[in-house]
Amino acid sequence: MTPQTRQLSAKDVSFGYGGDDIVRHQDVEVPTGRITAIVGPNGCGKSTLLRGLVRLLKPTSGEVLLDGASIQGLRSVEVAKSIGLLPQTPVAPDGITVADLVGRGRYPHQGWFRQWTADDDRAVSNALAVTNTTDLADRTIAELSGGQRQRVWIAMTLAQDTELVLLDEPTTFLDIHHQVDLLDLLTDLNREASRTIVMVLHDLNLACRYADHLIAMKDGVIAAEGAPVDIVTPELVGEVFGLSCQVVPDPVSATPLIVPLGRHHH
Amino acid sequence: MSVVAVQARVHRRRRELLVTGVLALVVVALFVLTMMVGSYRLSPFQVLGSLLGITDDPSVDFIVRDLRLPLAASGLAVGLALGLSGIVFQKVLSNPLASPDFVGISQGASVAGVVSIVLFHWGAVTTSLTALAGALLASALIYLLAWRGGVTGYRFILIGIGVSEFCIAVVGYVLARAQLFDARAAMTWLVGSIGQTGPLQLRILLVALIVLVPVALLLGRWLNALELGDDTASALGVRVETARLSLLGIAVVLVALSTAAAGPVAFVALVSGPIAVRVVRTGGSVLLPSALVGAAVVLGSDLVASHVLPVPLPTGVVTGAVGAPYLIWLLATVNREGRGG
Repeated sequence: MTPQTRQLSAKDVSFGYGGDDIVRHQDVEVPTGRITAIVGPNGCGKSTLLRGLVRLLKPTSGEVLLDGASIQGLRSVEVAKSIGLLPQTPVAPDGITVADLVGRGRYPHQGWFRQWTADDDRAVSNALAVTNTTDLADRTIAELSGGQRQRVWIAMTLAQDTELVLLDEPTTFLDIHHQVDLLDLLTDLNREASRTIVMVLHDLNLACRYADHLIAMKDGVIAAEGAPVDIVTPELVGEVFGLSCQVVPDPVSATPLIVPLGRHHH
Repeated sequence: MSVVAVQARVHRRRRELLVTGVLALVVVALFVLTMMVGSYRLSPFQVLGSLLGITDDPSVDFIVRDLRLPLAASGLAVGLALGLSGIVFQKVLSNPLASPDFVGISQGASVAGVVSIVLFHWGAVTTSLTALAGALLASALIYLLAWRGGVTGYRFILIGIGVSEFCIAVVGYVLARAQLFDARAAMTWLVGSIGQTGPLQLRILLVALIVLVPVALLLGRWLNALELGDDTASALGVRVETARLSLLGIAVVLVALSTAAAGPVAFVALVSGPIAVRVVRTGGSVLLPSALVGAAVVLGSDLVASHVLPVPLPTGVVTGAVGAPYLIWLLATVNREGRGG
């Protein structure tokens, strides 16, 4: 892997899908080598922001910067060598095997006439090993369980060999046990392979536990950001999610744990 | 590094090569067989000897090179073009129903061809050129109407079906107003037959294949990424709209030229890709196998149409008879899996 560390940030960016901007004039600084989680209620623009950071959307104002250079001015393949993305609903072609799918993550490293090389084999083997999917290499995607499938998609993103790995709600379709497995895996990648991870997460408690840096969004703007311990308070949860709650220390990780209040329990 | 992943890849690659090789042999066999049968039967050695210039028998040379080679070459070229363009459409638009003979491109060619025959009494070459223009116009129209800051599979298919229905209506109108003789000529052309390919049309189609097949195989890299969804493809560094437009452009040119040469031979573009996927069974790229399946289907159908049936019929009658039940099966199963919509 390349030794230099990539710095991803955004200045005064707005993103939208043709109508009104969904994310409006925001500055973002992704802490290099850390895990960042973007949280917020449905429709707050968290996925839009993530998609914008990896150039799936063109900013309607401001710019996204990779090592200080505007990402719009870079070649698509160059961006793809630095930033990988696991979208919310990736599509697996019919009948594709795990090894083949993971191999497709090598696209930005291959040229028009260059055949598959030992580097590609190494990257794929490594991605399979790290995600604990080596034994599945010959299976087709259709045969896998939801948890296995998600690990394979992460393996594909890892085979792309980027320092920045962005994930859009990677835990959404998983049961709680696989959610924890997956977030543990991402933490391993962060610690052992020093990848910078940015993910959109639905579950605020898991986000508090696993993220070093939390970005809480509401109505297209960042309401608060920082270490979960520093920023997550009943007031913030009330403001961002409209939920009354108590915040107590997580008995296992000592990170903030949100205990919701309801009409019957308070 | 783990051996498992490497083995899996080598195994996959080997199977793809093997299947492609076998398909190529089948196509060569059908190609030779097409030149063997007829009112005067030839042995495979006579055909190959004459083709490769090994033997020197003027009467055999005349039958093989002058009478039957154009037909066999037309079957080969039309089949390769339809098979390749079919799979490109299906993969780019990620829908097994999205073949060019369903989304209005062949129908665009049909309108132009029928108008040329019935209203203007134009000859074969002009009719081919008009059909070519019709196919290109229909594709451009669909692409423009489907464009909304990008083109998605569903919009393209639905608008394509609309254009297709419109074209079918126009063909019906023109045929209803035609003189009987003209209507008959137009119907024969509409069914599609490799026997009606003229030398000029064949030559243009062959040149297009020689240029575009290698380009399509190179662009297969883009197709492999596009298959994973637009977001994943962009994140891998593919410029999605450029990729989609280039791939569809190649497919449109191939299907337009083959329709110009042989008329709209039904269902070949629809069935070739799925058959190739089923015989290759690795989930990998199937561009070349699909082209070969297309050639085998067209050559095989024409053999049946010309020699097995009691009366010789156009190729399109057999491809239609085989393709229609497949379409029904596809509609039934695809909807059950919730993919076709």
